[in-house]
Amino acid sequence: MTALGPNSFRTGPDERGHFGIYGGRFVAETLMPLILELEKAYTVARADPKYQKEMDGHLANYVGRPSPLYFAERLTQHCGGAKIYFKREELNHTGAHKVNNVLGQIMLALRMGKTRIIAETGAGMHGVATATLCAKFGLPCIVYMGSVDVERQKPNVLRMKILGAEVRAVESGSKTLKDAMNEALRDWVTNVADTFYCIGTVAGPHPYPAMVRDFQSIIGRETREQIIAAEGRLPDSLIACIGGGSNAMGLFHPFLDDRAIEIYGVEAAGHGLNSGKHAASIAGGKPGVLHGNRTYLLMNDDGQIEEAHSISAGLDYPGIGPEHAWLKDMGRVKFLSATDDEAVAAFQLCSKLEGIIPALEAAHALAKVPEIASKKPADHLMVVNLSGRGDKDLDSVAAFLESKKR
Amino acid sequence: MTTRIGRRFAALKKEGRAALVTFTMAGDPDYETSLAIAKALPKAGADVIELGMPFTDPMADGPAIQAAGVRALAAGQNMIKTLALVREFRKTDDATPVVLMGYYNPIYIYGVDRFLVDAKAAGVDGLIVVDLPPEEDEELCLPALKSGLNFIRLATPTTDDKRLPAVLNNTSGFVYYVSITGITGAAAPDAGKVSTAVTRIKRHTKLPVAVGFGVRTAEQARAIAEAADGVVVGSALVDALRACLDKQGKAGSGTIKTVTDLVSALAKGVKTARSVAAE
Repeated sequence: MTALGPNSFRTGPDERGHFGIYGGRFVAETLMPLILELEKAYTVARADPKYQKEMDGHLANYVGRPSPLYFAERLTQHCGGAKIYFKREELNHTGAHKVNNVLGQIMLALRMGKTRIIAETGAGMHGVATATLCAKFGLPCIVYMGSVDVERQKPNVLRMKILGAEVRAVESGSKTLKDAMNEALRDWVTNVADTFYCIGTVAGPHPYPAMVRDFQSIIGRETREQIIAAEGRLPDSLIACIGGGSNAMGLFHPFLDDRAIEIYGVEAAGHGLNSGKHAASIAGGKPGVLHGNRTYLLMNDDGQIEEAHSISAGLDYPGIGPEHAWLKDMGRVKFLSATDDEAVAAFQLCSKLEGIIPALEAAHALAKVPEIASKKPADHLMVVNLSGRGDKDLDSVAAFLESKKR
Repeated sequence: MTTRIGRRFAALKKEGRAALVTFTMAGDPDYETSLAIAKALPKAGADVIELGMPFTDPMADGPAIQAAGVRALAAGQNMIKTLALVREFRKTDDATPVVLMGYYNPIYIYGVDRFLVDAKAAGVDGLIVVDLPPEEDEELCLPALKSGLNFIRLATPTTDDKRLPAVLNNTSGFVYYVSITGITGAAAPDAGKVSTAVTRIKRHTKLPVAVGFGVRTAEQARAIAEAADGVVVGSALVDALRACLDKQGKAGSGTIKTVTDLVSALAKGVKTARSVAAE
């Protein structure tokens, strides 16, 4: 990997958790000693070869890593331009990239002597990954999930319950991911002594954004090795969907200093950026403070957070990880957006052309592939992060298509 | 620099009693009613008035105060109106300290400099911003102190002796001790533990220590007031208000009196604390 120079994009955050003006530690005093303790424990664990070795073992034998880098031949033909590869994170145990991060955090919780795990979830993939690893390590698990999401992600709710987790439906606010996060924070404030909060994305107070990024960066590190093995060189472009942005950050981070590589993040445009019903916090938001960090947020003129909308529950969040906000301002990552319609079309296209049913989240990244790939020459190498599988979304997609017929 | 908060706590110390600090949400259930309640609070026995600045995502608040914020926002409350409410209050009361309490984002979006100028001009005395720990002092705490506003920090059961000096440094007006690890309006505090904690904090500061989170009854207020310099009551008042709204969420003729009656009872509890303790 490229060495960290003075102008590196990979040196953040600073010791106070800032990526430029973003990030930070905007939490209630009750939680402050806990996140300081967590930061300390993570710093020690990260430098401990035993911790790394144990994690590598679980990643290989339990998660099933490395995930393949797959040449999507028919999609490449269909687009008529760049050579398209999928990073197959949907083949991980539990069906998405989320497990990479949860494994690291649960192993850290065990080191810290914590005996109770809480998590928030949107689409349910982070909740399922957390419930799974809690089952494996014998820890009680409570997952907060907006009641709207409980309804539209029933298969995942059932999976979590079968895995022994308690799913608590959140009825406050917009009843989606942001409210699940509020409720998880309220639980943590109440149960400070024994509880570990396993955050699912590269957001929240420092050290979460950096820690989750580190755990997810295995996606990009493997991709580097795999593309070099397959093509003898680095890729020319990377593309991933972004809600909070953990799968994207995991793919992007190891490549940030390879300046020739184009990097695209795709936000959820819901009914359209001008409809007022979307989840694109970079395209339609501005910097503010929520859930422990400063970042781009959807809000009104009074600083009140607005409800996000996306057909994809995993992208239905009015914010984005602070490091993405910084990379946006630095111009290193280009942010695009895909509507519900575009995502569902890509979901169908990928299923029919490649025999891979993608998660609706990943379908947002796929939705932007044809327009970018078709303008590139045949020797342009593009990597799409196929961050999750779509079994959980079949009901949502069926209902969406039905509503379009009417 | 003496402020209304400093003067009020000094005067009460001479009286030999603790302060009753009340929390109500600005704009709950509507602007006019919340202004009328604020105006009636000092007469009912409130020594310091905390006004909530409503926010969509109050991470440290329990269901009662969450719902109060939702009602206020639904009725059109915003930062401009909250500051207007303080300005109106000041027209008839120049002595009772007013503290604004809430979360950072609405202040950040209003603009820190503009907010401090407008808050000071409106007659605000202090700020409590839940999601600004000392690690983020440069955001608002230091500018607020510079502009002559008190910045009141929360100390909690998780704030150990090593961390307390950092929390108390740059705190002014009073220290707000959160009596439980939890959200507002949750478990009732244990008066014995609170007394120990207040003693611990007082080893590190000369500032008055007010105690809140979970205080609901006159009896609890009395017990806390034996050790603390102030007792904060919020969720109980907000709940009392909610209980007398009609089905459309509108205030009725008895709404204000219901709140002030509870404040009077709490004030009585606070006032009898030391005399009972001394017997």
